[in-house]
Amino acid sequence: MMKKLKHMILSFLGLMLIWVLLTSWDLQEIYAGLIVSALIVLLSLGMEPVLGDVKLTPKALVFGLWYIFVFLKELLVSNLDVARRVVNPKLPIKPGIVKVKTTLHSNIGKTILANSITLTPGTLTVDIKDEYLYIHWIEIKHDDLEGATKDIVQKFEKYLEVIFG
Amino acid sequence: MELAGAIITLIGSIFLFLGALGLLRMPDIFNRMQAGTKATTLGSILFLAGTALAHAECTCIGKIVILILFIIFTNPLSSHALARAAHHIGIPLAKKTVKDDLAKDEKKNKNSQTGEGE
Repeated sequence: MMKKLKHMILSFLGLMLIWVLLTSWDLQEIYAGLIVSALIVLLSLGMEPVLGDVKLTPKALVFGLWYIFVFLKELLVSNLDVARRVVNPKLPIKPGIVKVKTTLHSNIGKTILANSITLTPGTLTVDIKDEYLYIHWIEIKHDDLEGATKDIVQKFEKYLEVIFG
Repeated sequence: MELAGAIITLIGSIFLFLGALGLLRMPDIFNRMQAGTKATTLGSILFLAGTALAHAECTCIGKIVILILFIIFTNPLSSHALARAAHHIGIPLAKKTVKDDLAKDEKKNKNSQTGEGE
């Protein structure tokens, strides 16, 4: 029940934020936004409360903001890395699909982890089964599950664990 | 300000170009997707950010922030769905490929299932 309430409040605030960014600080428009956001939250009551797993402790908020910077840095590095491989005439790739393990439990945590992995250096999530992620790696550096997990997953996991659990 | 915006937009379009080049050069669908997803994501983000900087006088910055967020959330999802579907219907991986844990595990699952049926 707590989870559901948290999900409702968070999605209402998120919708309201998007509304304000899309329109303006006009009082009438804000009223309209309040009504529409509340309606959407009520209509989606039957859905899975995915946002209920978000933790709202101060530590989680700090880690959440910090995670954005970590993510942007990885995004930049990954682009330069892939660009380097693309323009190199020898095309230095050694691709394959490896299996890694995550310790995250919540669905939203896993979703964000998989998305982050897809957008970062040379890795692309192909499939998720329970706690295992199958990842296409453009240059395999470790052959075993532990090494690959350490290289790909753990830099994000330590933040996501605090934020989503 | 306008100059900075123009330069950022240019860098963004260079990344988009590299993404397109990657699509042509990579040997199989998964590697192509690697080039496709990453380069287009950063390319589009820089492109939009550059536009926002160059037209700082308009009130569109909020909208551009939302566009960037939606791109960050949806781009990896679509490539994940494509990669999963491609692997599922058995599109072969490139010759250079070293290993394929997913195919191995799927085979194992199938074997254990038929083993139970007997």
